[in-house]
Formats: sequence, C-alpha cells, structure tokens
Amino acid sequence: MKNNLNVFLKGIVDVSPLMIPVVPFGLIFGVLAIDVGFSPLETMGMSLIVFGGASQIVLLQLFSGGASSLVIISSVGAVNSRHLLYGAVVSEHLSDLRLIWKIIISYFLIDQAYAISNEYLKKNKDKNRYFHLVGAGATCWVIWQSTTFLGIILGAAIPEKLGLSFAVPLTFLALLVNDFRKLINVIVIIVSGLVATVGYNYIPFKAYAIVAGLTGLLVAMILTKMVKTNE
Amino acid sequence: MSNWALIIYCGLITYLTRFSMIALIKKEMFNDRVRQVLSYVPSAIFPAIIFPAIFLDSSGSILIEDNPKILAALIATLIGIFSRSIIATIFSGLASYWFLIFVV
Repeated sequence: MKNNLNVFLKGIVDVSPLMIPVVPFGLIFGVLAIDVGFSPLETMGMSLIVFGGASQIVLLQLFSGGASSLVIISSVGAVNSRHLLYGAVVSEHLSDLRLIWKIIISYFLIDQAYAISNEYLKKNKDKNRYFHLVGAGATCWVIWQSTTFLGIILGAAIPEKLGLSFAVPLTFLALLVNDFRKLINVIVIIVSGLVATVGYNYIPFKAYAIVAGLTGLLVAMILTKMVKTNE
Repeated sequence: MSNWALIIYCGLITYLTRFSMIALIKKEMFNDRVRQVLSYVPSAIFPAIIFPAIFLDSSGSILIEDNPKILAALIATLIGIFSRSIIATIFSGLASYWFLIFVV
C-alpha cells in the first residue's frame, strides 16, 4: 500500500491536465463578478463559499439580469441537480468512509476532481485511496481561488470592449462538447435555448432558466421513451 | 436579501447537493430510467444560460442581424464537435469573436 502522501500527490498529478480550462474560467468569473457589481471581498467569498464554477456563473448571470434571490438560488439548485446522477456512481466507492470525512470531502467534490478520482477509486481498494480525491480536490481549490483573485485584480485593467462576458456562454457551450453528436441531446439543447431566449422577457421573476431547463428535461423524457418503444 | 446572504444560500445548496451525493444517495435509489433522464440535465439547463447570452442584446431584445456572437458561437460549436476539447471550444469562440469585431 502506498503512503497517504503518495496517493495525495497522485491525485494532484492526475487532475492537473483538467486544470487548463479552469484557469480562464476562474479569471472570467473574477472579472465578471466585479463588472456585475460585487465587491472584491464578496467575489472572493463566493469562490470560497460556493466553490463551483457553474453555480457561480449562474449566480452572476441571473443577478445581473435582475432576478430575485429565490429564483437565483433555485436556478443554482437546478444547475447542481446534475450532480445527483454522479452521486449514484461515486457513492459506492465512498460508502465505508467515516462521516467526518464525507463532510470534508463534499466541499471538494467538484466535477474535475471526482471525474478523475472515480477512475482511481474503481481500480484501487486501499484503505487510504480517498487521499487521491483530496489531492485532486485541493488542486482544483488552489487553482480556482488564485484565478478568481487574479480576475479581481485584472478586472479593472481589462477594457470592456473586449467583450469578455461572451466567454460565459462559450464556457457553458464547452461543457456540452460531448453532447453535440447525440441527436436527442441536440434537440434538448435547441428547445431549452429557444424557450430561454423567447421567454427571457415574458417568463415572470426571471425564472426563464428553470422553465427552460424543465422543458428540456420533459423533451428528453418524451424522446428517450419514444426511442425505447421503437426498439 | 443582502449579497452575502445570497452567496451563503447558493453555497449551501451547492454543498448539500455534493454531500447528499456521497452520503445519502445510493445506487439502488435510481432506476435506469431516472438515471437516463438525469443524464440530460446539462443539455437541458446549460442552453438556458448560453442562448440568451448570445441572442439577446444588453436591453434583453432579440438581436439576429449584425450580431457577431452568433457566428462566433457557431464556429466554437463546430470546433467543439470535432475536437471534443473544452479549451479549444472556448478559445476558438473568443478568437473568432475578436476577429469579427476588431478585424472584419
């Protein structure tokens, strides 16, 4: 069995390639948060407390559009609901972990960390295998906090006409790269996008993100059912 | 609600999702059907952020003509389809956007 430090370091090495896109994401978040009207302290607090790229960008986007707090919080919840699926996959590898460790690890359990550690946990049954997840999560944490900080500093220096806010839809677009080749996904993407765009001004309380998300999910339910009955 | 309260609630809901996924949710709780539908959550929710940011102007009206974001997003999508790379998608989109607004 390798010692704890080695497993921790392995987590750092394994997750490193996945950190490349996190750097611009963190920078953009820092710049935009200031732009939208959060103070530097609040921006840093957001990265420390929420520690989730998609959640934080959704928060900014809806905040700048004037959505109410309730709508913002439920939209963040909707964005996070995708994690429930991963939970079903990951939890079996973590079931014998002590509660205190589950409480700590939960904070670090971001997409990149468990994507990479899930592979390791599948192959490795050592008692200290969780240090891999801690190593990967801690790496993400350091990158996310430092790039947020840099974004806050750089924010003032980046000219507005560079249109950096366009990086937000691009980042989310990039998170869907693996879905572009699947027909049902493409249909769901277009339906949800159209509902959000057309409904932006008409759906009350700026709840367009939730309405569009639920419509998209309903379309997915119907289409997957149709495909199944055809088989 | 103050900004800080908003941040804390958003942090709480994010944390609780993560905690429930390793501490409460078990594989047996979801049948294949539920898992299948949940796998579409990103495709269902992310476009709600993507599309308005591309097709709406700052006042919230739909802007199709003279909107370089549409072409830039299309290029990024194509690059994404072929490369399957997150970073290539983001940078090709930004580069084509800058090319369209500064050079063309």
